Amino acid sequence: MANLREIKTRINSTKKTKAMTKAMQMVSASKKARAEQNAKSYVPYMEKVQDVVASIASGATDVTHPMLSSRPVKKTGYILITSDRGLAGAYNSSVIRGLVNTLNERHKSKDEYVILAIGRVGRDYFVKREYNVIDSVIGLPDQPSFSDVKAIARKAVGMFAEGTYDELYMYYNHYISVISSEVTEKKVLPITNLVPATEGVSASYEFEPSAEAILEVLLPQYAESLIYGAILDGKASEHAARMTAMKAATDNASDLIRNLDLVYNRARQAAITQEITEIVGGAAALE
Amino acid sequence: MKTVQVNIVTPDGPVYDSEVAMVIAKTVSGEIGVLPGHIPLVAPLTIGGVQLKNAEGKSDFVAISGGFIEVRPDKVSILAPSAEVASSIDLARAQEAKARAEERLKGKKDEVDFQRAELALKRAINRINVHEGNV
Repeated sequence: MANLREIKTRINSTKKTKAMTKAMQMVSASKKARAEQNAKSYVPYMEKVQDVVASIASGATDVTHPMLSSRPVKKTGYILITSDRGLAGAYNSSVIRGLVNTLNERHKSKDEYVILAIGRVGRDYFVKREYNVIDSVIGLPDQPSFSDVKAIARKAVGMFAEGTYDELYMYYNHYISVISSEVTEKKVLPITNLVPATEGVSASYEFEPSAEAILEVLLPQYAESLIYGAILDGKASEHAARMTAMKAATDNASDLIRNLDLVYNRARQAAITQEITEIVGGAAALE
Repeated sequence: MKTVQVNIVTPDGPVYDSEVAMVIAKTVSGEIGVLPGHIPLVAPLTIGGVQLKNAEGKSDFVAISGGFIEVRPDKVSILAPSAEVASSIDLARAQEAKARAEERLKGKKDEVDFQRAELALKRAINRINVHEGNV
């Protein structure tokens, strides 16, 4: 049996770990609440943009725009949204696994696609394995505002326009609830099957100056807002995943401490019993 | 007086929601005034101020950084990357941003940076103007 002091040290260190995971859990919980709020307040904007884009694109059939038309796919772009830090349970590994599986399924060689990594974990994973990571963003704040994301979104849309890739997908964790999120693939570009988010949008618009000019402004904005929406969604599930992971860690630490306490008490009891036996034995020998 | 519902929405949430008698906005092809019952219209906006006149003839001003306006007979929506109601504009911060952008315009010759600084300057000036109520 381990000696008393060793067990005591272990109990103490586990207690300290527990205090830390507990604190991280609470930090994540409050961040999660904010992130959820952000994602929610973003919905009206997204729906509106989608409505207008859908009604323009469907209303004016003679309108063409490079972002609306599919072209032969020579190269595919993938945006991967992960977190910058670990300790978030399966948050990062599941989305990375999802992307890797798809890549293996769809492509024969690494030349057929490029990756845009948002988040350090994803970037490091793919850079280390020598995938084609053409751009990466790390150090996004926990509550990204639109201006934080604009640069990467604009770049991603710009590279499609320049022909760096012919279609663009996003991989991220869609927030469902605190305990569950879902790896989601979303096609960003070209923009296809647009459906109005709300019913009853069939107004045929006047365009000022012209439908083409409006699509020119609107479509990049739409694609950018899709990406921003995914990042917000990803952030919400990141904080939720971290919160759950930290809760599990805290619970584990509690279990461990309880067991160690038992072992400690048993050892202490044994030591006392042994001492008494020795004293009694010593006294008996003197008689 | 007839009124129309106006929504100003940004990615960071709704900024303005009210019944107004008239909307005056700056589109890329010029200034437009929208009254209730306007035919459906979509137009991109430039960086500028939007004036919203309510039924009593009082005006609210909102600084807009681009985006577009969607008009329907009973509803007007403005979607912009960012928008600030005049009363909530932080003047000191806007002036700081203006000074920063001017500084950068002097220094940089790189075209992309130049454009960005120019846009930043426009936005800052717009915010200051809207705050002071001259649109």
